[in-house]
Amino acid sequence: MKISERWLREWVNPPVTATELVAQLSMAGLEVDSAEPAAPAFKGVVVAAVVTVDPHPDADKLRVCQVDDGLGVHTVVCGAPNVEVGMRVPYARPGAVLPDGTHIGQAKLRGVASAGMLCGADELGLASVRDGLMALPGGLTPGLDLREALELDDTLIEIDLTPNRGDCLGLRGLAREVGVLNDCAVLEPEIKPVPARIDDTFPVTISHPEGCPRYLGRVIRGVDVTGSTPAWMMERLRRCGLRPIDPVVDVTNYVLLELGQPMHAFDLDRLADRIDVRLAQPGEKLTLLDGSELSLRDDTLLITDASGPVAMAGIMGGEFSGISTDPAAATRDIFLECAFFSPLAIAGRARSYGLHTDASHRYERGVDFDLQHMAMERATALLLEIVGGEPGPVTETVDTGSLPTRMAVTLREARLAKLLGMRIPTETVEAMLERLGLPPVATEDSDAGRSWQVQAPSWRFDIEREADLIEEVARIYGYDNIEVTLPASRMQLEPTLVRQTDADLFRAQLAASGQQEILSYSFVEPRLNDLFEPGIQAASLANPISSDLAAMRTSLWPGLVKTWISNRNRQQSRARLFEIGRTFALDAEGAVTERGWIGGLLAGSREPESWNQPALEVDFYDARGVVESLLALTRALNVWQFRAEKHPGLHPGQSAAVYRCGEGGDVLAGWVGRMHPEVQAELDLPRPVYLFALALDVLEAREVPVHRGFSRFPSMRRDIAIELDANVSGAAVIDCARQAAGEHLVDLCLFDVYAGDRLGPERRSIALGVTLQHPDRTLEDGEVTTRVDAIVAALESQLGAIRR
Amino acid sequence: MQALDELIERVEAAIDAVNDERDLEQIRVTYFGKKGEVTALLKGLGQLPNDERRAAGQAINQARDRLQAQLELRRSVLAAAQLDSRIAAETIDVTLPGRRSGQGGLHPHTQTMQRIETIFRNAGYGVATGPEVETEYYNFQALNIPAHHPARAMHDTFYLEGGERLLRTHTSPVQARVMERSEPPIRIICPGKVYRVDSDMTHTPMFHQVEGLVVDRDISFADLKGTVIDFLRVFFEAELAVRFRPSYFPFTEPSAEVDVECVHCRGEGCRVCSQSGWLEVMGCGMVHPRVLEMSGIDAEAYTGFAFGFGVDRLSMLYYSVDDLRLFYENDLRFLAQFR
Repeated sequence: MKISERWLREWVNPPVTATELVAQLSMAGLEVDSAEPAAPAFKGVVVAAVVTVDPHPDADKLRVCQVDDGLGVHTVVCGAPNVEVGMRVPYARPGAVLPDGTHIGQAKLRGVASAGMLCGADELGLASVRDGLMALPGGLTPGLDLREALELDDTLIEIDLTPNRGDCLGLRGLAREVGVLNDCAVLEPEIKPVPARIDDTFPVTISHPEGCPRYLGRVIRGVDVTGSTPAWMMERLRRCGLRPIDPVVDVTNYVLLELGQPMHAFDLDRLADRIDVRLAQPGEKLTLLDGSELSLRDDTLLITDASGPVAMAGIMGGEFSGISTDPAAATRDIFLECAFFSPLAIAGRARSYGLHTDASHRYERGVDFDLQHMAMERATALLLEIVGGEPGPVTETVDTGSLPTRMAVTLREARLAKLLGMRIPTETVEAMLERLGLPPVATEDSDAGRSWQVQAPSWRFDIEREADLIEEVARIYGYDNIEVTLPASRMQLEPTLVRQTDADLFRAQLAASGQQEILSYSFVEPRLNDLFEPGIQAASLANPISSDLAAMRTSLWPGLVKTWISNRNRQQSRARLFEIGRTFALDAEGAVTERGWIGGLLAGSREPESWNQPALEVDFYDARGVVESLLALTRALNVWQFRAEKHPGLHPGQSAAVYRCGEGGDVLAGWVGRMHPEVQAELDLPRPVYLFALALDVLEAREVPVHRGFSRFPSMRRDIAIELDANVSGAAVIDCARQAAGEHLVDLCLFDVYAGDRLGPERRSIALGVTLQHPDRTLEDGEVTTRVDAIVAALESQLGAIRR
Repeated sequence: MQALDELIERVEAAIDAVNDERDLEQIRVTYFGKKGEVTALLKGLGQLPNDERRAAGQAINQARDRLQAQLELRRSVLAAAQLDSRIAAETIDVTLPGRRSGQGGLHPHTQTMQRIETIFRNAGYGVATGPEVETEYYNFQALNIPAHHPARAMHDTFYLEGGERLLRTHTSPVQARVMERSEPPIRIICPGKVYRVDSDMTHTPMFHQVEGLVVDRDISFADLKGTVIDFLRVFFEAELAVRFRPSYFPFTEPSAEVDVECVHCRGEGCRVCSQSGWLEVMGCGMVHPRVLEMSGIDAEAYTGFAFGFGVDRLSMLYYSVDDLRLFYENDLRFLAQFR
C-alpha cells in the first residue's frame, strides 16, 4: 500500500514529522518499506502565465517569451516547442535552485537577456524523460510557489502490510491507526447521501449469500466519460501507485484508496435483464478487462446477468460489460457496484487464476462490511462532479445472516500480565482499547480479577479471541516498552549421546582428513539421479525453479560431482569434498523416504603439490581409507566388511559395498569406488573420480569402549610370504590367516602385495605380518613357529597358496 | 732426567698434532696405557737409588698428570669440533614448507549452525529435526494457516508432483510435530533446510533456518525478548541494540520482527543495512493458542514462545559475505576461507 503523506494528513494530522510518522508506523506493525519525497528538492520555481511568444532574432529553435509571475512581466528565452500564449508553466526565477543543483540567474541567450528559465517536468525531477515545457493546470494563479501549487512537499510512503491488516488498505484505516498511535482525532471527510434524481434501478439477486452477503447497486444515467479526470485526482492516484485510466475507473480507484472499498462500474447498456451473484458452473467462460479469457471453476464467485458471467466477483470485471470511453460507443449510463464479498469466497481464487488485483487483495483480507453505503455515496458524489449524470436510488440486497459477526471477545487482565510478563496499568489498557475502536466493558470477579468485554469493529477481521486483544494492547503499548526477562528454567538433566554417532563427529573427522564440506541443493537435474541411481524412483517437483533443479536427489553424488565439475572449470586441479544431507526416494505407494547420508568425492592429486611428496593421483584406497576412518568412529570392531559388488554409478572392477555385519544380519551401509567409466565419459571428465557414500542410520550405533587389558609379556612377530591366484581376495587371505592364527593373535597386517611379470598375470604374492602374544607368559619360539606353520597350512589348503 | 723432558716434549707434540679422537686414544694407550712409555718410566723408578727415587717419582707423576690433563682438553676440543661438523652436515632449510595433507574444512553454514546449537544447548535446549518433504497439514494447517489464507502467498511453495506433499517452507512444522509428541516443558531448537520458489540476488531456492520453541507454565513475551536479545548478543559477540516490531505470523500472537543494530556500521547507516542502521534478523512471537490446542497442549495452562531465523542471513552478517548465492555455489576459493 502506497500513500501520500499529505493526503493522510487531511484525515489525521498528528504533531510529528514525516520521519517520525514513518518510524511510528513501522513500530506499530505497519512496516514502511520506503518513504520518498514526491519531488526532489528545488526552490524559487513559481507558476507563471505565458503572455507573448515571439521568435528569437538569431535562433530558429528559440523563442522569446513574456511571462507573468504575479510580480511582473519578465522576458525569458525558451527552447521548448510546445510553449504557447496563455499556458501556465513552471518558471524558475533568477535565484532559483533546480534539483540537479543548477543556480538560475540572468543569462543572455544568443544576445537576448533571459530572466530565469521556464522548466520541463524532467528539469524539476518530476518526470524521467524530456517532453517539452511542463504544462500546468490552467486555473493556477501566477506567482504561486510551484511546490505549493502542485503540493510537492509530500512524502510517498510505501507500507508492507501483513495479511491480517486489511483494514489499513485504505487511507481511512491508516488514518484511524495513526490516530490511535498519537491519541489524536481523525477528521473524516463529510460524506452525505446523494439524493436520487431518477427512479431507475437495476434488479439484483444473490444466489450465493455466503459469498456475497451485501450488494449495493446504483444506476447513473447520462454520464460523459470522454472528459478527463481532474488533475488533482490523477496526481493522488499516481502518488499512490495507480495509473489513471478513465474518469469512472479513476473515481472507483480513488474510493478504493480513500476508504478501502473496491467498487466496479458496469456499462448499463451492456447488462442484460438483471444481476445475479452466484458461483460459476465448471467450464463457464469469462473474458476479463485485461483481455484474458478464463475457463472458470465452480468455487469462483461471479457477477452474472441474463447472458452469463460479467465479472469475477471481487477480483476483476469482464471486458464486455466495462466502461467504454471510445467516442463512437462511449458509455452513457452506468451501473455502480459496491459489495461486501466474504474473504473466504475470494481468498486464493485470484491467485489460482494467476491474477492479483487491488480488489482481490482487499477482499481476501477483509473489507469493512459496514462501509458499502458510505463508499457508494462517496463515489456517486465524485462521479457527478466529474462525469455528470442523473443518479438513481441505491439498491441494497443483503443477507444479514451471512454478514460476518462482530465477535465478542474477553480480555482478562491477569492473562494479559501473564502473557506479556508485566502489568500494564488498567487505565492505560482501557484507553488503548477505546482508541482502537474496541470500547471495553469491565467486569470484576473476586477470583479471576478484572476482565473486559469488547466487540470487534466491522473493519477488523483479526480480532477473534483473547490473544488477538493481547497483541493489540502490546502493539499499541509498544513492544520496546515491554520488560526483558529470561525464562525460569526447571533444570532437567538430559542424556548424552555416547552410544550414538552424530553428523558433527563425522564432519570433524572428514575435515581433519582433508575433505572440504559443501552444501548443494536438494533438487538436481533428473539425468544425474538416473546416472547414479537408476534403480531409485525420484520425487519430482511440480513447480521446479528450472529443469536442472527438477528432481529431489536420490544420491549425494550428483551434487558432489557438479561441484567438482564447476571447480574444475575454475582451474582447480584437485578436490576432496564431502556433504552430509538427505536423499529422497519415492516408493511404490508414492511415499517419500528421506535418508541421511555422508557422501564424498576425491579427484586429482592425493595431496596438494609439494616439493617433498610425490605427485600421485588419488586411487580407490584413498577413498576407502577415508571411509575406514569414519567407520572407526563407531568403535564397532570387526563388523565392517568391504565386498566387491557392483553399483551402476561405479566402476565394476573398483567398487565395494560396505556392510555392517551383526547378529541381525548384514546391513548395507554404503559404497566406495571409482566412478563408472561410462558415467565419467557422460560427464566429460578426463580423469578418474572416486566416490563414497555411507548411510548415517547404519553408522549411528556406537559402542562405549570397554577396557580389555593387555599382556605385559613380549610379543613375537613373524612375516609370512605367500604366492597365490590373483583372484583370491585380500579379505579372504586375512580371514583365513586370522581363523588359523589362534587365540594369541594380537595383530595381523597385510603389508605387501606384489604382482608382476615374474609371477605371471594370474598370480600375485602377499606378505602378512603376524604378531602373537600370550597374556600370562612369554611365548616360546617353538609355539610361534607351530602357529605360523598352521597359518601357512590353512592358506595352502584353503586358498591354494604357496609359501615363498 | 733428560729422558723425561724429551718424553714430555714428544707427548705434547703428539697431542697437539692429533685431529681425531681415535688417534688421541692411541696416544693415551701409547704413553699412559699399561705398556705405555710414561707407565714404563714409573715402573722404572724402583731401579733408581733411594735418594733419587722420591724426586724422580714426583717429577714423573707431575708430568703424567699434566699430560693427561692436556690430553683430556684436547679430547674435549676435538669432540666439540666433531659435533660442530656433524651439525653442519645435518643442517637443513627449515624455511621450506612442511609435509602435510591437504586441509579440509566445514561449510560456513555448518559452522554457524554448530555455534547456534552450542549456544542453545548450553542453555538447556534440545535439538529436534523433522522431514524436509512435508504435508500441507504440518507446514500450514497445524500452524494456523488454512488453505487460501493470504499468508500462503508469503510462502512460495515447492510441491511434489501428484499429491499433497511439499517441501517445507520453514522449520516451523517441527514445532507442531514436537508439541504433538511431547509434554511441556519443551525447550528445543529445530535447525534445517527449507525451500521456497525464489531465486535472485537475495534469495536461493533452498536455505537454512533455525526455529526455537519454549513451552512451559508462565512463559511470557518478556521472556521471549530476553532470550532473543541474549542470543543475538552471544552470537554477534557484541552488545547490540535490538528492537521488536509488531508483525504477523499466523502461528504466533503477539508476533514480532526482530531488528538488530547493524553489525557493520553499529547503527550509523551503511550499505549492508540499506542506511537504516537496523538489520531484520528474525521473526518471533508467543505461540498462538490455536497452535497449542491443535497439538494437544492445554493453552490455558501453558504458554510458549517461538522464534525463527535464517542461518544464511546470520552467516552473511557474521562472515561479511555480501552475496547469498556464494553459499551454494561451493566454489573452493570461497569455502577455503572458512577453514
